[in-house]
Amino acid sequence: MLPRRFRVASTRHDNHDTLTVHLEPCDGAPLAFAAGQFTMLQVFGVGEVPISISGDPRGSGPLQHTIRDVGSVSHALAFAAPGEVLGVRGPFGTGWDVADGKGGDVVLVAGGIGLAPLRPALLEICAERDDYQRVSLLYGARTPSDVLFGDDLRTWAERHRITVEVIVDRGEAGWTGRIGLVTQLIGKVAFGADRRLALVCGPEVMMRQSAVALVARGVDPSRIRLSMERNMKCGIGLCGHCQLRELFLCLDGPVLAFDRLEPLMARAEL
Amino acid sequence: MTRLTIEQYLPHHPFFAGLDEDDLAFVARCATLVHFHPGEYLFREGEPADAFYVLRTGRVALETRLGTGSQVLDTADADDVVGWSWLVPPYRWTFDARAVAETSAVAFDGACLRERCENDPGLGYLLLRRVVDVMATRLHSARVRLLDLYGGQS
Repeated sequence: MLPRRFRVASTRHDNHDTLTVHLEPCDGAPLAFAAGQFTMLQVFGVGEVPISISGDPRGSGPLQHTIRDVGSVSHALAFAAPGEVLGVRGPFGTGWDVADGKGGDVVLVAGGIGLAPLRPALLEICAERDDYQRVSLLYGARTPSDVLFGDDLRTWAERHRITVEVIVDRGEAGWTGRIGLVTQLIGKVAFGADRRLALVCGPEVMMRQSAVALVARGVDPSRIRLSMERNMKCGIGLCGHCQLRELFLCLDGPVLAFDRLEPLMARAEL
Repeated sequence: MTRLTIEQYLPHHPFFAGLDEDDLAFVARCATLVHFHPGEYLFREGEPADAFYVLRTGRVALETRLGTGSQVLDTADADDVVGWSWLVPPYRWTFDARAVAETSAVAFDGACLRERCENDPGLGYLLLRRVVDVMATRLHSARVRLLDLYGGQS
């Protein structure tokens, strides 16, 4: 339960309200994690919030968290100065287990900042790209200015044969890309019949509707994985803040298969 | 795909799935291949809606005119169906449709199809269902986007 101390190495502005903070361990020991896991990040004296890890699980580089500046703690995290020491607990929860998709097609569906928790899975795929068949990333954002990881999107498409499709809710001057809903792309993506794996991350409504669209395309619900978000506090399944009926999402999740989540997601206020 | 004739293309498009050979042949006779350069309009708001389009390649923006310029509401891509005002009185376009890339499409004569549908309720019902599918998809997209899901997420 005690946080480890990490020092802010640098911060990258991803868009107008989202930043990626690079952290180095004060004790020199890197934090091992699986793609899809999260940590509890703490600004001492301000507070602690759960943030998914957005860096490469195979890399030896800094620990990366992509943070949207929406509250007092996330603001303090996002604008922590280089050299400032933060607290890190974790990593917690289940991961994407993307290697389970080797030998087949993988579809990743991201909405908004939901691309950040999927980034480690994409980096993992890129590192062993030949082990996978067709890989597609369908990414919905609010506007073109909100699109995250633009350099990554180009690299994934150009160097790693990943089909990257971006769609926005509202266009801006000069935008000639798609405008609409990310679920519209699911009907068009190419994937085969065997060993298909779908990873979905974004607002819950978007995930639920994406999962339904994937099932309609013939993907087995047990092969559709969603990253659920609730009010994680302790991170170890004790406090109950993140409870979703019988599940503690900090422990049993955040990544869960749709066949397990479907009956829970269909209920309001659960 | 672009080398297929209209007769070859239609049976493989979901919009026309389930139509028998006679109906497909009739629909094909109401169709022409068209091409639009970027910036060209397929149709303009207020004009008579006498056609609809199935895009084969390219991209079309559905937009409305504001005092400050145009606002794109939706885009359509390959295999998407554009236009339903040909089936809904008073048969006037309610938005502009502008090509934003080199766009090839099959254009269908709405008046020709309307007349046939009036006299052939079976075909009329089939086509109406397909158009309702297109409308429902667009309505669903608009409703979900009204929620501004990505704006409120932490």
